[in-house]
Amino acid sequence: MKAQEKQLVRQILWYRLIAVVEEQANVLLKTAFGTITREAGDLSAGVYDTKGRMLAQAVTGTPGHVNTMATAVAHFLERFPPHTLKPGDVLVTNDPWMGTGHLFDFVTVTPAFLKNKLIGFFASTCHVVDIGGRGFVAEATSVYEEGMHVPHMKLMDAGKRNETLFAMLMSNVREPMQVRGDILGLVSCNEVAARRLAAMLQEFGLTELDTLGEYIISTSRDAMRAAVRKLPRGTWRGSMTLDGYEAPVELRAALTVSDAGVHVDYAGSSPASRFGINSPKCYTDAYTSFGVKCVVAPGIPNNAGSLAVVTVSAPEDSIVNPLRPRAVTARHLVGQTLPELVFACFDEPLKGQVPAEGAGSIWILGLSGGPQVEGARPDTTRFNVISIGIGGMGARPAKPGLSTTAFPSGVGAIPVEITEAQSPLLFRRRELAEGSGGEGRQRGGMGAVIEIENTEPAPFSIACATFDRRHNPARGRAGGADGRVGRVALASGRVLPGKETYVVPAGDCLLAEMPGGGGYGKKP
Amino acid sequence: MSNPVLPGRRQHARLAADIGGTFTDVVLEHGGRRHSYKLLTTPRAPEAGLLEGIAQVLAAAALGPGDVGVIIHGTTLATNALIERKGAKTALLTTAGFRDVLEMGYEKRYEHYDLDLELPAPLVPRELRFPVPERMTAKGEVRTPLDENFLLQTLKKIKESSIESVAIGFLHSYANDSHERRAGELLARALPGVAVTLSSAVCPEIREYERFSTACANAYVQPLIASYLERLAAELKRRGFGCPLYLMTSGGGLTTLETARRFPVRLVESGPAGGAILAAGLARENGLDEVLSFDMGGTTAKICFIGQGRPEQSRKMEVARVWRNLKGSGLPVRIPVIEMVEIGAGGGSIARLDELQRIQVGPASAGAEPGPACYGRGGTEATVTDANVVLGRIDPITFAGGTLQLDFQKAKNAILARIGAPLGMDASWAAASVGEIVEENMASAARVHAVERGRSPERCTMIAFGGGAPLHAARLAAKLGMRKVLVPVDASVGSAVGFLRAPVAFEVVRSLQLRDDSFDFSQVNLLLKKMQNEATAIVAADALGTKLKTHRGVEMRYLGQGHEISVPLPARAITAQDAAKLRADYEARYEAQFGLRIADVPVEFLAWSVNVSTGSVNLKLAKFSGKNTRTTSKEKRTVFDPVSGKRQAIASYRRKDLAPGMRFAGPALVVEPQTTTLVPRGWRCSVAAAGHMILER
Repeated sequence: MKAQEKQLVRQILWYRLIAVVEEQANVLLKTAFGTITREAGDLSAGVYDTKGRMLAQAVTGTPGHVNTMATAVAHFLERFPPHTLKPGDVLVTNDPWMGTGHLFDFVTVTPAFLKNKLIGFFASTCHVVDIGGRGFVAEATSVYEEGMHVPHMKLMDAGKRNETLFAMLMSNVREPMQVRGDILGLVSCNEVAARRLAAMLQEFGLTELDTLGEYIISTSRDAMRAAVRKLPRGTWRGSMTLDGYEAPVELRAALTVSDAGVHVDYAGSSPASRFGINSPKCYTDAYTSFGVKCVVAPGIPNNAGSLAVVTVSAPEDSIVNPLRPRAVTARHLVGQTLPELVFACFDEPLKGQVPAEGAGSIWILGLSGGPQVEGARPDTTRFNVISIGIGGMGARPAKPGLSTTAFPSGVGAIPVEITEAQSPLLFRRRELAEGSGGEGRQRGGMGAVIEIENTEPAPFSIACATFDRRHNPARGRAGGADGRVGRVALASGRVLPGKETYVVPAGDCLLAEMPGGGGYGKKP
Repeated sequence: MSNPVLPGRRQHARLAADIGGTFTDVVLEHGGRRHSYKLLTTPRAPEAGLLEGIAQVLAAAALGPGDVGVIIHGTTLATNALIERKGAKTALLTTAGFRDVLEMGYEKRYEHYDLDLELPAPLVPRELRFPVPERMTAKGEVRTPLDENFLLQTLKKIKESSIESVAIGFLHSYANDSHERRAGELLARALPGVAVTLSSAVCPEIREYERFSTACANAYVQPLIASYLERLAAELKRRGFGCPLYLMTSGGGLTTLETARRFPVRLVESGPAGGAILAAGLARENGLDEVLSFDMGGTTAKICFIGQGRPEQSRKMEVARVWRNLKGSGLPVRIPVIEMVEIGAGGGSIARLDELQRIQVGPASAGAEPGPACYGRGGTEATVTDANVVLGRIDPITFAGGTLQLDFQKAKNAILARIGAPLGMDASWAAASVGEIVEENMASAARVHAVERGRSPERCTMIAFGGGAPLHAARLAAKLGMRKVLVPVDASVGSAVGFLRAPVAFEVVRSLQLRDDSFDFSQVNLLLKKMQNEATAIVAADALGTKLKTHRGVEMRYLGQGHEISVPLPARAITAQDAAKLRADYEARYEAQFGLRIADVPVEFLAWSVNVSTGSVNLKLAKFSGKNTRTTSKEKRTVFDPVSGKRQAIASYRRKDLAPGMRFAGPALVVEPQTTTLVPRGWRCSVAAAGHMILER
């Protein structure tokens, strides 16, 4: 009977831990300043054992953050060994290769203590609105131009704020109050969660988390392996072409299912781009394992155990494994299409189970105005806002694709009324792009169509860094038609074909149509 | 019983009726006595069951229609119409260029890994969403005037489509509603008899999707509710009821027929609100400053914090979830609501094993049909009720007053097949585990909710009601570190009893964006006065000359954030000095929740609210002056005790045999027709003056 009780208590603790990280994410949503975090949900939160292994993650948030954060904590611990950490310490970085893929994402790690004994870590991350440098564009040719880099360091030292770091940061970014506010939000959410964890362990008369952690990790690993064992053995290939920046990007994947797990190899993919669309390996790993999990074991919790069953290799300095100091700001352009590449590999062994291609990466509309914009007068209102453009998902074998729904990103839209309240911009239109979803037995999801003007007689700029699938559509599957490609133009007629930053002249209007998803099956 | 400020004449009986998804509860209070009646809801004509219930309680009390002073009514009609999509054929007039706001929604998935997930279909399909040229800016300035000719053409099209109800949702109408109002006037003229909802009237708040969603939900249920209310009023009149009829709202206040007809969406989830009002009333009567109310029914459990006799308020909820009852899969509605957390944990909640062989309970429910396996109606899933039957905590013979005989063997088979056998557990342990997990789910949700609201459960007394709560209350309380539980008389019809204590109330909310470093108090006073007049006009008409109470509040946040914290406003004119005072109040709350203050960022004021109500109804209770007597029961029931791992015989009391002053120690069961209370080992039970049971440990 004792064993049954023990099993039950472990389950309860596991659920409790998930509730703690969910609360952590919610605190971040509530305390964040940047709209991309607070309205769109570009964030994540998780809990780790004392070895830095991820035990649980919040559903609230986005997979690119979660799975990168899974390995980010270990990098911190190499530099700050656990025994050197004190209550009140908070570690921080925005390193693209050891954090979550670009300088805009700050990762914080807070050690949790129970009666002065280290019990684990909480990590959280969110996308700040600006990090200096060139802004949210892909024009940079090295990470040095992309903004301020904060190497692994202490943000708080035994409860004392690192004012030097804050001063440096605030003098290097365009929206200092928002950026600081978001980073304080990360501190808050980790702290609230650490308090919760300590209380939870005390309630159950426990003094440490690692035993439970081991149970969670081994159970999840075993379950993930069992799910993999149900798949056919073999190697399958998939490929995809994206518009890219200076040249189309070719992505190639070979997916191998073996007793050890699932391995995805990106050999044959394009070399790194000169511009900021490269996906650092940590981000590549994150979205690859996400794609595998969606197909193989959607119900198994995401943690170090289940993640370990999926491995990824990629050629050095390729677009999916760029080396420092490659530019990486718009890394999600490539990274967020990787789950669909995984689906392409699975299509043959799992016929009729994976969806058609979708719009892929979200379009991040970086909109800026002010005297710095070409052609602007000195008294022009300064603003720097983000809107999210979302395309259609690919059709599922038995259901249509969801319209204007982000996949694989967990990010959502920012209400027009919120964006307009923050800037002189006005949306003339934001609705479904009719006919943009690929036809088929099941139709692909529709993308959004957006028109934006400045209510002031002034130009504004639009960074097109992340606008892909304007030449290469989301392909249909099993006879379904391709989705319609995206489009960016001025109302006055000029098409804006590339990924650079363009100026929308005073009195003109920006038109953007997001790509539709591919259809599934032949239309009867 | 005396009711100092209650609507309805003093010496008359007061009637409350709660039409729920499964049951209709009718309660009558008269001369210090209470009669209640529970019957199955009659979905096709809900008033039929209600009138039948009223006839039953009147007969039991030997009263006639003329003796009834007031009828208070709550109904899930609006909720069900939204869930079952059985509302009116509704059109939406919206700003040109924004035809699909309703369909695009939040543009995100509420569950990361599920490739099959579904989003709720919009209440108004695309062909019935009509764009109209007009535009306001965020500052409420007219950018493009309303194109009235275009609108008139559109109205012709609407006329041809036999539309029953129209919502008008224009961008930034929370900042300036003149276009919506003008369009509403033209619509009323062109299409007499068609119901009209303005988004700026039903939900004057920023964020277009949520505002339009609320407006459309209101429009969608309006014709249905209006015709139901008319039929009901006419039938009551025909039967000789001359008394006023009030409707219970999701905000916990009563409203008139007229207001209910205008804002029927405010009737959504009025049943659970009634439960919270009951708990608030009990809190005041029993001098309990901090209370956690716990209401558990067939499909969900509701937990609500009540401080100083007032339930927490909020302005956002989600209705009609479409995918596995998951949060995020429903429609957002922004209306004044009692803030509560709803968990998919009820008697019918299904227990199953996930891929990791972990027990999961809910949110899927077996509902009333086929129901738990033990109902013997073809259900094979293991549910919470089945677990309670296997554990011996529910008596299969006397369940639901003996109207439904439960099948112990079927319950045991389901628990064994779904949980026990795969885990190598016997039926008792498997059932105990299901009970433990469902209690853990509720505790977990309560804990998160407590933190979000800055509350400490361990300082609270629990008030437990609804058919399922008394069985799980003590164990849930223990998990939350609570020491005291109150199980009221008529616990199973808590919502309807709560209706009888609700005040007549109306809440008005308006957006006015200000900052503490440029605080225009005269503008605030002007706005608050206007709102006060508006709310008072609605309430005073029904207040029968009683004194009105006002609660005013403002939502605040650090400039640049997206989440607000509600701060009460003083009951006097606002002055320039109040900016600093309100900031201090805000920061204290912020720090309690999030652990820090941000000194050099301005604080923003956003939505202002004025809630005008008659006082709530308190019952004056006779003080119990008798002696406490230890009591024992001859009846025993065999239940499984997870602590010892053994089945043992424990005392079983009948609630009707318990009198004030009696006390006994757990483990024991207290059985009444619609519910059973579990007093676990280590808990004591005493019966208070009013008949409420107090469980303590």
